[in-house]
Amino acid sequence: MGNLNVKFGLRDMFLDGVRPVHELAGCVFLNEHRVEIDAQGLKHKELNDLLRKTLLEGITKITVRNVYGQRYIGTRLYRPDPEKKAEITIYRNPGNDLGAFLDGHRIVVYGNAQDGVGNTMDGGEIIVHGRAGDIVAMSMRGGKIMIRDNVGYRAAIHMKEYPGKVPVLVIGGTAQDFFGEYMAGGIVLLLGLNLKENERHKAHYIGTGMHGGVIYLRGRVEEYQLGKEVGVRELDDRDWEIVQRYVGEFSAHFGFSADKILKGKFQKLLPVSKRPYGKIYAY
Amino acid sequence: MYSYLLPEFVVERREERCIRCRVCERQCANGVHSYDAERDQMWAAEQACVGCQRCAVFCPTQALTVRPHPAEYRPNSSWTREKLQDLKKQAETGGVILTGSGNDKPYRIYWDHLVLNASQVTNPSIDPLREPMELKTFLGRKPDTLKIVLHGEDVRIESELYPNIPVATPIVFSAMSYGAISYQAFKSLAMAAKEYGTLFNTGEGGLPAAMRQDYGKNAIVQCASGRFGVDPEYLNCAAAIEIKIGQGAKPGIGGHLPGEKVSENISVTRMIPQGTDALSPAPQHDIYSIEDLSMLIYALKEATNYEKPVSVKIAAVHNVAAIASGMVRAGADIIAIDGLRGGTGAAPKIIRDNVGIPIELALAAVDQRLREEGIRHKCSILAAGGIRCSADVVKAVALGADAVYIGTSALVAMGCTLCQKCYTGKCNWGICTQDPYLAKRLNPEIASQRLINLLRGWSHEIKEMLGGMGINAIESLRGNREHLRGVGLAEWELNVLGVKGAGE
Repeated sequence: MGNLNVKFGLRDMFLDGVRPVHELAGCVFLNEHRVEIDAQGLKHKELNDLLRKTLLEGITKITVRNVYGQRYIGTRLYRPDPEKKAEITIYRNPGNDLGAFLDGHRIVVYGNAQDGVGNTMDGGEIIVHGRAGDIVAMSMRGGKIMIRDNVGYRAAIHMKEYPGKVPVLVIGGTAQDFFGEYMAGGIVLLLGLNLKENERHKAHYIGTGMHGGVIYLRGRVEEYQLGKEVGVRELDDRDWEIVQRYVGEFSAHFGFSADKILKGKFQKLLPVSKRPYGKIYAY
Repeated sequence: MYSYLLPEFVVERREERCIRCRVCERQCANGVHSYDAERDQMWAAEQACVGCQRCAVFCPTQALTVRPHPAEYRPNSSWTREKLQDLKKQAETGGVILTGSGNDKPYRIYWDHLVLNASQVTNPSIDPLREPMELKTFLGRKPDTLKIVLHGEDVRIESELYPNIPVATPIVFSAMSYGAISYQAFKSLAMAAKEYGTLFNTGEGGLPAAMRQDYGKNAIVQCASGRFGVDPEYLNCAAAIEIKIGQGAKPGIGGHLPGEKVSENISVTRMIPQGTDALSPAPQHDIYSIEDLSMLIYALKEATNYEKPVSVKIAAVHNVAAIASGMVRAGADIIAIDGLRGGTGAAPKIIRDNVGIPIELALAAVDQRLREEGIRHKCSILAAGGIRCSADVVKAVALGADAVYIGTSALVAMGCTLCQKCYTGKCNWGICTQDPYLAKRLNPEIASQRLINLLRGWSHEIKEMLGGMGINAIESLRGNREHLRGVGLAEWELNVLGVKGAGE
């Protein structure tokens, strides 16, 4: 209650009552070259303070247990030095904006993730052994995200790429509406592994406003589920190479059979124009 | 070219003065002027003229006059010439009519109905030429209380302080992206901000990597709905970060930078493929509520180790005071409010001219609301949209602003003549274009000096006005409405502004 502004009842839900790092020593265990953090009862900022301190001390292997909704894990680990990249293993369920603005680190989650996984992520890897919420990979610009199960609404929204930097998102299950909306770049695989035989994907408005990048979609999807800026194509040899590579990586992470996944029917979704709204104006 | 339109401008050439030097022809990107060698005569294709005055200014013999075309339809107060011309354009194309720069419609400009006070007899005025006068302003959240501990000579502040950025004068360049304006214009703003000790705003087009080291400390970097050019280095090199929710010229809608403007350099800076449209969605898709705004504010604070103030920019709309209160509660350190007359590089005209409310009313309402709620100190307020002179700055500060954003004024200082054709990419003044031939007309060394001169001139005028009121620091004027009186305003307007009528 120390910083609580009692007079006006304005409480900063992020910063009020945050304990300084030296008071949190009881949550940190050094185990050979790996640091273990018990996140039980830690606030967002407290956990991220500990992660930053650990990385600045030169320890890159970090395990975090008992994570219950703490936000922004990995966000405050930007270092101009490209050498020191962390490997963070998370047990239970991290909160919103996991790996937002992530700068090349690797995060593995044994549990479900919430909204905003990899929001505006710049590089690195996020692997979720579970499901994820809305806007996965929103505006993601580099790196790789793999989600074993389903994702929520607006996944892959506005992902983008430019020469030398192409983000990759692989989703094992299915996605909700507005999947790939406004997509401007990157590679997305939607595998539909938990759909029943011949059951269609859940999303409507797939790729609406899409003007770059590519979606490889495995399983059944009806034309009315697609946005009007999207065209459907068969995969060519180069596409198969990409699909095989990422399905292979995905299967290795989560213990699936890549061959079995690759036997499914894949379609390639592409934007019909790089300029979907180029003709709506009078000059 | 449209078939049923009257030309907007008439180009008059005084033949006895014209020396056929063809400067006008070379200066005009719209192809108005041409030379007929057979007759040794210059011609003007008036229907292409946008009235930017480049040719008239550069004509060495002052042979040219460009003025609005006198041709008129039958006078009609309801069906004006502009309305008729727009109808014909849309009948021909079926498109949304685009325009550039700020709202040009005759909405009441409240600055022109507010007058300032001066000291007479009962208190002395101050002469800024000989007495100290402080314009330095700190942008960012202030603590609830300030606890100071004295140890002999040593004074220590015990309270936790939040990041604040000092600016030498309460004038900041508002968001204009590289892409909307040329690299030369963008760099001129950066150079002037650095030299004068104030800030420029990158807009949402990113900050070229080559400029980060030299100009990052004077940059407010934007994180907007398109998230163009946002990487951890971009966020960390800046003085402050701004979440752009809205813009005064086009509240509630997104933006499209057309693919033909996404050149190689812009592609790298915005981090998108060359030639694709850069689409900024209307909402930020991770913000559907005040709670979500809070989430992004703290994501940005996390991404920058809580070292930088985070600003949130909105367009002035009907419930602006309540929205601003929510923004402060969400953790915004600076709130920027852009009014009805705020400029743009491209916006649908119907939005620009009809959506939003004047900045003066919005600013007064926000300041009043935050004071009533006891949270005014938790943020700085930046007022934007139609600040035309130093008196507008002083009046804005008296209505509660910490500082103002200037966009159009800065462009005009660099050469802009408000022809409103920014969206065509054919700016003859080299400001709002990506054509290298046109852009190189703007020399950053010269343009930045013009901007510095503007800041210096305005700052001096502000000091004179403050001195006249008997005030020696801009801090003392903030929200000090006793120094304002309204002229020709209705009761409700005076109430919203929180000022008395003149003579009261």
